[in-house]
Amino acid sequence: MEAYKRVALARKKTRPTGQDFIDNLFTDFIELHGDRCFGDDPAVITGLGQLMDMPVTVIAQERGQNTKSRVKRNFGSAHPEGYRKALRQMKLAEKFNRPIVCLIDTSGAFCGIGAEERGQGLAIATNLMEMMSLTVPILSVVIGEGGSGGALALGVADEVWMLENAIYSVISPEGCASILWKDASKTKDAANCLKLTAHDLLELQVIDKIISENHRDFKNVYRELKIGLYKSFKKNQTLDSDQLTINRYQRFRKYGAIESIAKL
Amino acid sequence: MLSKGLFKKPKNELEAQHRNKRKTDPAIPSELCRSCPSCKQLSFTSDLENNFHVCPKCGHHFRINARQRLNMIIDQDTFVEQYHDLSSNNRLEFPGYDEKLEQATLFSHESEGVIIGTGKIDNRKVALFVMEATFMMGSMGQVVGEKITLIFEYALKHQLPVIGYTVSGGARMQEGMLALMQMAKTSGAVKRHSDAGLLYLTVLTDPTTGGVTASFAMEGDIILAEPEALIAFAGPRVIEQTIRQRLPKGFQRAEFLLEKGFVDAIVPRSTQKETLTQLLTLHGIPKGGDQNGSI
Repeated sequence: MEAYKRVALARKKTRPTGQDFIDNLFTDFIELHGDRCFGDDPAVITGLGQLMDMPVTVIAQERGQNTKSRVKRNFGSAHPEGYRKALRQMKLAEKFNRPIVCLIDTSGAFCGIGAEERGQGLAIATNLMEMMSLTVPILSVVIGEGGSGGALALGVADEVWMLENAIYSVISPEGCASILWKDASKTKDAANCLKLTAHDLLELQVIDKIISENHRDFKNVYRELKIGLYKSFKKNQTLDSDQLTINRYQRFRKYGAIESIAKL
Repeated sequence: MLSKGLFKKPKNELEAQHRNKRKTDPAIPSELCRSCPSCKQLSFTSDLENNFHVCPKCGHHFRINARQRLNMIIDQDTFVEQYHDLSSNNRLEFPGYDEKLEQATLFSHESEGVIIGTGKIDNRKVALFVMEATFMMGSMGQVVGEKITLIFEYALKHQLPVIGYTVSGGARMQEGMLALMQMAKTSGAVKRHSDAGLLYLTVLTDPTTGGVTASFAMEGDIILAEPEALIAFAGPRVIEQTIRQRLPKGFQRAEFLLEKGFVDAIVPRSTQKETLTQLLTLHGIPKGGDQNGSI
């Protein structure tokens, strides 16, 4: 399938959002609010739930399911307090030795005056650094759109999975077309060049697994995710915490490692 | 230092073209004088060089390249560069990227957007990275990410502090997700260095934006900034387009970040070496030390 078609599917308004995934993957879910510093960011839902018989911390970006909730959720674009709330929950997960599930779905971290004033760059940077050394298993799943740094701030995990029609990109194809070619009509070309589909990214080893989607029915997706997450956490819980963080560091260390960039 | 460009002929067409573009007044050779973008006054290039490339009239900090910065802060002849020749390939086969890399190499005389190595400041050994704006606006692709990671790993192994000068337009989109992954990779290297109790100082220079702001630029133990440097996650143009209103004057400048609590201090170029020395001293970084870092 053409890359831009995937972009359209990933952004489709009827596509299940973070909240749908929470409802279908976990039982006994309780939402926990606030970053204890500035406020509560509705673009990120954080809380606790049971993954079968395993208590887990859940962090999900939420785009909103109808016009009213999309406005409330800022269309899934988080402010710094959203990332700080996520980090607070991750630290709690570490304290109580719970695995962490991150569900990524955002067009990007919000670009606005308030976001800059409150340190958007710092908030993302802090998450990248801290997630790298958390001593509990983390698994991130890109369920819709993975928009640049705003997605990566929840994406430093032991494994990163993607739904078949999700995308994950350094910049939106629109942004790329307008910056590089000063031509918004080249969006489709940009989508191709950026290698943002799940299949491309599996080949580049940016992700570890694709969850196949079938005929707009997400029941299979939920089932596969539920079992997959559970198995992965069980496996990673047997590792001692040093080994877990070494593996996570190595997972990201390999991108552009000196042996692979060659041309010395 | 002698005026570097004064007697130099352009090496190639591209360089010549670029020089012509930069001429501000056709009557005055561009190498002799430069007009200040801030106060519009002309200054002799030689005066600027003697003044850390800072406008003597209004204090505006001209953009300078990485080697000029190194000369300003490192004790003479102590810089030992690492991985100088590491250059990028076009793994995603992104259209036009090979040509861009070639142009950037010719234009900047560097093989990539960052220089790393070790050197001495007031006879105290440090690991350094200095980003280069003239190489594709210091954007971070795999090589930039790798070099920054390598210098943190080296500093960890040899128990050295890291001093980093940032200037960047963000992640390099021609390398797609492999560029974005460098944010995570470099952050991991900073974290390991930090967890070992080692010092990391950053100096943010104009402009530091995007994926670099959202990773190692903001991860310093102490964050310094040059006067009036633009420091942002999203650049002002992107924000104006998103929220459709004009941004207040001074928004996202170093002074604004200081006021909001995101940088420790604003340090003009003329006192940077002094300030770095002071901070190294206060952290007990010893004088001397041989080449492999042991004391």
